[in-house]
Amino acid sequence: MHGFANPKRFLEIARWLTPTLLISGLIITAAALGWGYFMVPPDRLMGDTVRILFLHVPSAWLGMGGWSAIAISSLMFLVWRHPLAGLAARGAAVPGLVFTVICLVTGSIWGRPTWGTWWVWDGRLTSMLVLMFLYIGYIALAQAVSRDGGSSRIPAIYGLVGAINIPIINRSVVWWQSLHQPPSITMGKSAIDNEFLIPLLIAVAGFSLLFGGVVLARMRALLAEIQTESRLRRKALGAQAEGAA
Amino acid sequence: MMREGLDQQVFVIAAYAFGVLATLALAGWSWLAMRAAEKRRDEVRRK
Repeated sequence: MHGFANPKRFLEIARWLTPTLLISGLIITAAALGWGYFMVPPDRLMGDTVRILFLHVPSAWLGMGGWSAIAISSLMFLVWRHPLAGLAARGAAVPGLVFTVICLVTGSIWGRPTWGTWWVWDGRLTSMLVLMFLYIGYIALAQAVSRDGGSSRIPAIYGLVGAINIPIINRSVVWWQSLHQPPSITMGKSAIDNEFLIPLLIAVAGFSLLFGGVVLARMRALLAEIQTESRLRRKALGAQAEGAA
Repeated sequence: MMREGLDQQVFVIAAYAFGVLATLALAGWSWLAMRAAEKRRDEVRRK
């Protein structure tokens, strides 16, 4: 694990892994969405709107998965001080936010014909909305720290504290009365028919690969920006020293 | 579960359009931003 925390070693792996994850993710996601849209029969209760769940479920999983990645990376950053762990946390923030927004919007679009409303302030929807604001806060904080030179521990602590919301989202449909259905897939059990479950799992896999590729691309971009800045700073210091001599 | 006689396909297409476009924009933006940042770093190294 510590061996991969070396930026040079990370770049060696990330150079081939980033396009591999992005391309395979795009192909598998396109196949799963095509399967869900054209081949899965309408649901007995939900009708055609069941197809929206091929987008909604993977994006919900990745919205929560993104913050879990931020929390784990933040913990690694605080404990072992690996700079790459801090970059991994920052790299997961934007894709996590985008998938949380996709989850909220597709859920809202699904809710209108199914529940008869675009939005209700119930536990699941509200805790997911809180997650979106947590992401926005994290991105703003990490950018401010990076720009103004504050301690990188501040966004890491924020990332850890924000993780409290993940079990709240997960258990919200059990703890509170909710329009949202209870969990359909639990450890080793599924209430979903295979005709629907198989393309759904493929969609989750495809979106997850895509998410991994985006996180790696974000990490490479952030690492390149840091390397550029430190090179420019060294040059400026060198020029100052020459001027003084 | 259906409460009104709404055309479900309109909602399905809207959800797919939003989800697919947002995902493609995210993948494209992250790839282009990465390429631009690495290009700039390589240029600064060469100077």
